[in-house]
Amino acid sequence: MIDSLLEILENLKRHRVRTLLTALSVAWGVLMLVVLLGFGNGLQNSFQTKFADDATNSIWLHRGKTALPFAGMKIGRTIDFTNQDYDLLRTIPGVDKLTGRYYMRDEYAVKYKNKSSGFSVRAVHPDHRYLEKTIMLEGRYINEFDIKQKRKVAVIGPVVVDILFGEEDAVGKNIMIGNSVYRVIGLFTDEGNQSEQKKIFIPITTAQQALNAGDTLHALLFTVGDATVEESKVIFKRVKSALAKVKKFDPNDKKVLRTRNNVEDFQQIMKIFDLIKFVIWMVGLGTLVSGVVGVSNIMIINVAERRKEIGIRKALGATPWSIVSAIVLEAVLLTATAGYLGILGGIGILELAGVLLEQADHIKDPQVDIRIVLGATGLLVLFGTLAGYIPAYRAAKIPPIEALRA
Amino acid sequence: MLRLRFMLELEAVNKSYAMGKNSLHVLKDVNLNVENGEFVSIMGSSGSGKSTLLNILGILDQYDSGTYRLNGTLIKNLGERKAANYRNQFLGFVFQSFNLIPYKTAVENVALPLFYQGAKRKIRQKKALELLEKVGLLDWAEHTPSEMSGGQKQRVALARALVASPKLILADEPTGALDTETSHMLMTLLRSINNEGMTIVLVTHEDDIAAKTDRTIRLLDGQIQSQ
Repeated sequence: MIDSLLEILENLKRHRVRTLLTALSVAWGVLMLVVLLGFGNGLQNSFQTKFADDATNSIWLHRGKTALPFAGMKIGRTIDFTNQDYDLLRTIPGVDKLTGRYYMRDEYAVKYKNKSSGFSVRAVHPDHRYLEKTIMLEGRYINEFDIKQKRKVAVIGPVVVDILFGEEDAVGKNIMIGNSVYRVIGLFTDEGNQSEQKKIFIPITTAQQALNAGDTLHALLFTVGDATVEESKVIFKRVKSALAKVKKFDPNDKKVLRTRNNVEDFQQIMKIFDLIKFVIWMVGLGTLVSGVVGVSNIMIINVAERRKEIGIRKALGATPWSIVSAIVLEAVLLTATAGYLGILGGIGILELAGVLLEQADHIKDPQVDIRIVLGATGLLVLFGTLAGYIPAYRAAKIPPIEALRA
Repeated sequence: MLRLRFMLELEAVNKSYAMGKNSLHVLKDVNLNVENGEFVSIMGSSGSGKSTLLNILGILDQYDSGTYRLNGTLIKNLGERKAANYRNQFLGFVFQSFNLIPYKTAVENVALPLFYQGAKRKIRQKKALELLEKVGLLDWAEHTPSEMSGGQKQRVALARALVASPKLILADEPTGALDTETSHMLMTLLRSINNEGMTIVLVTHEDDIAAKTDRTIRLLDGQIQSQ
């Protein structure tokens, strides 16, 4: 075994340039595969972070204008949501977590003691925390009593805490939002982007009262549990026809509600990622295969050049197996070593990219799964064997008489 | 171990090659015995079938009918692996063009048959050096063939043929590429090896070389004319 390896190394050394070039093509193929996969993962990670902001099983309804006439009423009517609609949706099967939203001014001056800054305020129901995937750090979120009693309470994000309170304890303190005093009841954080960290949540009824909005809502957001895309569409249809009945619009009207079905969107984006991954695999494997074909070609040339030598060896008692195994082993050794270097190079590039792109928004944690790396190494050995097979088969066919014919 | 009288026994051996639709009958009912320890030469003009005969003797080619016994073992319809093992075990080849592996040193070339016997590196090295000493080339052990003269190369090839302790040396025009003086030196060396008991079959077309052997077998048109 050791002798066979020494023979192979000697042969590889004798054709140094050829060996290096072949190894380079394989290493490059593997490197491309690893780097592409890593960046694909990075892209996906960054998208998943963006989605982590919101529940992926949610459906969002915003007000729209009717586009179909209904019961003698003209098109172009604006349909407003109300608290009664919120109560109606609560009763519809399939609707899990539900919240309304009342959109307020972009920014309010918020003050604590002598510090003040502008923040955006969101008026919501208690379930909003599930729809936005709000993570509570301290205190509590808005609850049903806050809604019923229209309490002036606020849940504030980490940036708000930093700017207004610094190291000071925030929960239980009073802050000024616009011209009203609110008590801070909780601190939250959010895995989404920076702007989510600057928000302040208040009870929706409190906002309606403060802004003289009656019982108007601007949007209704709900989750559908673990419903599939199809099921989510059915639930949406139920919601829409229930609303159509009380709001008096045609249930087939496409413009009356501006909707966003995250279940569907999320699945579509995941499909796009599957496609991207498929393309990456094709490109990476293609490069790798061309490297392997290169190894096979070199081995065929090698065998052709050594026809006579192989004939001599056979005359001296080399069995077909010893000839075949030497050639296959040489191909495997070349492929696996070069491939391994390619893997190491690829991982190195990804590590470097991970550090350099730490601040970048579109790539996050570009890494490859260690299982994929191990699998690729196994694949390399297999490819090496395949690369060696044809030349080895040719070598085994060389008759020893060739050595006699000088 | 029982020492057999005959090293080679050929009985009614026939061989033909397909040439398109026709077949070329190269060996016709060849009967041939070579005794253990004999030093014989095979002569014949080109096309007489002497190369084919040597290939069959060397287990490098199959024959169509008849029997061929080598040291008492029937050599017929062998698989490639078996043929390789018998070649390694029974035979030592010396070729006209030496057929040394150009990038290997003399000692590595000589040791090669032992590698295919699965011998350990140290034993291979030791035996190869012994054989190089025997052919008078111990000082050239670390040289590659390109640094040697034709006579030296042929002596390395002879050492390689002998290293695995074969039963029979097959030499195909071993002096074909050598000058007269070197040829005679090689024949003297072969004779001394024969004197130690080795059976040698040598193919040549030179009468003075054949004259230095015990017996000359003449082939003509695939038939043995005299032996």
